[in-house]
Amino acid sequence: MSDNVLRYRDDEAHDEPAVTLDAFVAGQTNAGAVRLEAGDDARALLPHIDRLALVEVSFPSFRDGRGYSSARILREAGYAGELRAAGDVLVDQIPHMRRCGFDSFAPESAIDGAMLERSLARYPTPYQRAADAKVPVWKLRHG
Amino acid sequence: MYRYDEYDQAIVDARVDEFRDQCRRRLAGELSEDQFKPLRLMNGLYLQLHAYMLRVAVPYGTLNARQMRMLAHVARTYDRGYGHFTTRQNIQYNWIKLEDAADILAELATVEMHAIQTSGNCIRNISSDQFAGAAADEVTDPRPWAELLRQWSTFHPEFTYLPRKFKIAVIAADEDRAAMRLHDIGLQLVERDGALGARVYVGGGMGRTPMIAPLIRDFVGADELMSYLEACLRVYNRYGRRDNIYKARIKILLHEIGADEYRRQVEEEFLAVKQLGIDPPAAELARISEMFASPPFDPAAPDSVDRTDPDFALWLDQNVKPHKQSGYAIVNISLKPIGGIPGDASAEQIDVMADLAERYSADELRVTHAQNIVLPHVRKADLYPVWQQLGEAGLAEANLDLISDIIACPGLDYCALANARSIPLAQKIGQRFAGAGRQRDLGELKLKISGCINACGHHHAGHIGILGVDKKGTENYQLLLGGSGAEDVSLGRITGPGFDEDGVVDAIERVTDTYLQVREQGERFVDTYRRVGMQPFKEAIYG
Repeated sequence: MSDNVLRYRDDEAHDEPAVTLDAFVAGQTNAGAVRLEAGDDARALLPHIDRLALVEVSFPSFRDGRGYSSARILREAGYAGELRAAGDVLVDQIPHMRRCGFDSFAPESAIDGAMLERSLARYPTPYQRAADAKVPVWKLRHG
Repeated sequence: MYRYDEYDQAIVDARVDEFRDQCRRRLAGELSEDQFKPLRLMNGLYLQLHAYMLRVAVPYGTLNARQMRMLAHVARTYDRGYGHFTTRQNIQYNWIKLEDAADILAELATVEMHAIQTSGNCIRNISSDQFAGAAADEVTDPRPWAELLRQWSTFHPEFTYLPRKFKIAVIAADEDRAAMRLHDIGLQLVERDGALGARVYVGGGMGRTPMIAPLIRDFVGADELMSYLEACLRVYNRYGRRDNIYKARIKILLHEIGADEYRRQVEEEFLAVKQLGIDPPAAELARISEMFASPPFDPAAPDSVDRTDPDFALWLDQNVKPHKQSGYAIVNISLKPIGGIPGDASAEQIDVMADLAERYSADELRVTHAQNIVLPHVRKADLYPVWQQLGEAGLAEANLDLISDIIACPGLDYCALANARSIPLAQKIGQRFAGAGRQRDLGELKLKISGCINACGHHHAGHIGILGVDKKGTENYQLLLGGSGAEDVSLGRITGPGFDEDGVVDAIERVTDTYLQVREQGERFVDTYRRVGMQPFKEAIYG
């Protein structure tokens, strides 16, 4: 595992190298860690989520938003392991990624910790329900 | 009108803080222009030919007087005294300094306004019917639904880096005043078995590949609408093309996989998504709807209007539309004076419109996608003084839906993408047809000009459309006939070889002359075109 992974989990980091989705679904491996490329179908992992400890989702460019949907699909299906955003991940994107269910980050370029903390604390109440525990505004309004 | 509560205000205030920080980092060199670009774009800040342009959101085109005055204040203080109302029912300022951008947003936040998601590859400002709440033909007021969508789409964590921009329109009448089927998603609110819900059209749009959105679902109940839209967006986010910016809109995905396959994928996604508790409770729509209750109309308001003044009568016939309440009318303020810039208003004019709204229109204004302003609730007894005061401010042009009521994009005068100028051409066309009798004789004729293939001036949807192109280094204009953005939606067809600026004005005149010769009783231009086809017009133009 690279040194600059930001983790928002209490469990032990999973150190096993991730295998490709193709290799994983072909059943050639007992790996507990899979890497999803941006265009991979996260749904292919759903039958196996109970035995996965780490899913790494690749962001080849910060503009490529497919990984946000991959994350939500996995979390909505009940995946509870580590979900890592890796690649061109910028500080301004991490709050949205957290909301989609990512709980670990391996950005290509270093992230300023203080700025990230500010960024994460900035919007206390979101408008919509997502894959995190934040309570949407409409729920606060109506209970 | 919607009013912010503590949560809405906190979110907009936080956005100002965030953008101030992003601007500071850019000015300090901590962010590259490439990294800053998507961040500023998500706040409506574009870099144009000469300066930054700031686009301010006017959610579903609705404003009160206080907000309108703030728009005038921004024009005076941070721009050159003008604002430009857009086809997305927003306003933009063309001469903004990056150093001022955060201060402008802070000022806007004091009147419950923002520039959130007015650009970028995200869900843009929700557009709607400018006559909402005043029109007799609506099944319900679409604005509470639009506000619900505004909140759902604001900082949506999954859909902020879509393949391309995403535009949603909501209407609630059969008459389509919002070009609904030319949006990425068009919603028509309908009633079924006593319950309200939406008919969902997906994959319309203009741009270089214009398409009319097909019907994807006949009815989604209010209680499942957000889930259904999440499913629509998720399929697009995952499978929309990202390899080519010109093929990245959802219309291309629908075109490539077909409406049936798209519908199947959405339904599959919807089955999963609707279990997640994403939809706000009915109480939330009810809470919002209360704020859009009709103003207290006077049931005894007189229904007759004194038409003695002939100029007033002309304006009345052209710019004033029927209201659902007897004794009231809908006033359309044309921002298309002959020889002017379509959609532009000076700070002084914006203030005048704010004053009139406050005094005569229940404190409400609307921005229309045709770049005009509406006073939705005016007593008929007040129409004459309203007209007089508009006239003093240069705002009483009686040309709504006539040939000089032109939609035009900013074109090469401002825009970095443009191939040709739009504004001077709009001015020339207005001047050519300036005679009031001449315009009125031509009747409803929607003319729309885009300065490049991106079609911001809606040329595909014009009864007459003009597209500016670059032909070996000189500006050239193609002419299209037969488009419509209304409920009779259709896409215009190119007449043939293009023209220079004067040539295209001459060609339009030959087209309208032909129409006058061949039209039958009661036919609008577009009706005649549909009946007789392109040929007679082509012969008149190219001989």
